[in-house]
Amino acid sequence: MPKTLHTVSVRRKLSNGVALGLITLAALVVTVPLFLILGTVVLRGLGSLNWTFLTQIPKPIGEEGGGMGNAILGSLLLLSFASLIGVPLGVGTGVFLAEYGRNKFGNLVRFTADALNGVPSVVIGMTAWSLVVVTQGHFSLFAGSVALGIMMIPVISRTTEEVLLLVPQSIREAALGLGIPKWRTILSVVLRTASAGIVTSIMLAFARIAGESAPLMFTAFGNEFWSTNPNQPVASLPLQIYKYAIQPYDQAHAQAWTAALVLISIIMITVILFRFVASRGAVKGAQ
Amino acid sequence: MQTLPEHRPRSGQELPATAPGSPGPEQLQVVSRRPAATRESLFADNVFRSIVVLCSLAVLAIVGLIFYELLNQSHLSISKFGLKFLVKQIWDPVAEDFGALPFIYGTVVSSLVGLAIAVPLSVGTALFLTEICPRRIRAVLSLLVELLAAIPSVIYGLWGIFVLAPFLRLHVQPFLARYFGWTGLFSGPRYGWGMLAAGVIIAIMILPIIASITREVITAVPRVQREAALALGATKWEMLRMAVLRNARPGIFGAVILGLGRALGETMAVTMVIGNRPEIARSLFAPGYTLASAIANEFTEAVSNVHLSALMEMALVLFVITLIVNALAGLLVWSITRGMPSRALA
Repeated sequence: MPKTLHTVSVRRKLSNGVALGLITLAALVVTVPLFLILGTVVLRGLGSLNWTFLTQIPKPIGEEGGGMGNAILGSLLLLSFASLIGVPLGVGTGVFLAEYGRNKFGNLVRFTADALNGVPSVVIGMTAWSLVVVTQGHFSLFAGSVALGIMMIPVISRTTEEVLLLVPQSIREAALGLGIPKWRTILSVVLRTASAGIVTSIMLAFARIAGESAPLMFTAFGNEFWSTNPNQPVASLPLQIYKYAIQPYDQAHAQAWTAALVLISIIMITVILFRFVASRGAVKGAQ
Repeated sequence: MQTLPEHRPRSGQELPATAPGSPGPEQLQVVSRRPAATRESLFADNVFRSIVVLCSLAVLAIVGLIFYELLNQSHLSISKFGLKFLVKQIWDPVAEDFGALPFIYGTVVSSLVGLAIAVPLSVGTALFLTEICPRRIRAVLSLLVELLAAIPSVIYGLWGIFVLAPFLRLHVQPFLARYFGWTGLFSGPRYGWGMLAAGVIIAIMILPIIASITREVITAVPRVQREAALALGATKWEMLRMAVLRNARPGIFGAVILGLGRALGETMAVTMVIGNRPEIARSLFAPGYTLASAIANEFTEAVSNVHLSALMEMALVLFVITLIVNALAGLLVWSITRGMPSRALA
């Protein structure tokens, strides 16, 4: 029995302290791998980072020099073509879910989009292989873009839906009250109000697919030369990192780390930019 | 998910009739006396609606198409091996005899090792972020966790090969072998890479998703529950255990399952550190193989149609498992957070 109302037994105090300590420790431990990985990438990657690396094509395996210019270009091309597929479908689905999706069909679409989000990227790559590569008869930039574009859709649509739901109902009602038809209200008022949020959702999808390599292995495949033809195989940074990492040459490993540095910089800048825009309010005039 | 009022007007011409404080009946008459314009905007509304419905149908079609293509392409393997494919241990491309058991085993075991490491850490992180952390540190810490999620799989793999595997070989594995070798889980030759390394990499990769969803679930636990526990004299930890964790349990379980879904399908990083040998070994030091990494490694080098088809069937297995796992997780998380306004861009 406690002697006074305010006494807490030593055992309870101790377990409280230990538990809170462990919780804090867990949070600290979680940040360790981030610093370890970023630190290693910067330390090992900075050495080979130079203009040649960014602008030249790879030298034959085992030879000194060369760069990954074609892989950087290839990654940018893949991202752009993927956006042509992923952005319209993703935003369209998001608009549907937010503006017309309060029903059974909307729930089905929502559920399916979440399911698509959980499908392993390698499986999406195989589907793109079977749909595009088998039909065309060869690997291509286009096939890789289809795989990445499909991966963008669920990310963009679910985020777009959430952003559109943040747009105050009164803004829609004001537009409709002026006699503006619903489609114009959505396009010129709702989407414009939420434009910052939609841009960030696209950036989020970018960050997600920019580092993908598994679906590209059997779609975009890779290429040792400059290539911008959508019908030809194309190199990409993530896949190039993989190829160089499993080679036995130190020179190749050094280049893999540098490519990792370039890739991680692109992605981190996108994510931090995303956070910056998001923290300034995804929706103009909300709150 | 935020719910919208149900009485939203469908198009412009309905609204003035019901909106209070609108200009007056005369002007409303003018609007409704223009049937041509109304018909035009109704038509445009329908077109717009059809376009966004088509986009949504595309999402359904894509998932259907994935299933159809995988089923279609694995037809050869399904008809040749039947259900035995899932329980056979043979993987012989030359004799064209294939069984997926070692890969299923490797997938499940590496994911479980990952979960065993990731779950306590990420639940702890979520508790720290929501209940203990000073406001100023919170933003920085949650950004750091988010950045962890943004690192590409292939960079985890690169780090795994050159940093993590040697570290495990030199420092962690001797320790585990000496003190826990008797369990049989930590014995045999120490390569560094292998099932254990894959588990550690998977753990780091699924930490952010489990932590962020657990955080959402914990935030959804009503404040009064916490206050009631504290008012009864509970210490902070007792309050967390009895009021927060107990109420959030199904949601946290959902977060864990969602992490499991990610772990099962993780490809590049695992391929680079797991050792890629289709064997079932008790020791976690031994190399293994997963469904996803077998696909990544062998797909472009498949020697025969049966080989290709067997890999496709493994993708089908992976697809079906992740669908089930994600659906289950979604239901569990939804059971806790429904009715809560969603945090759109937090």
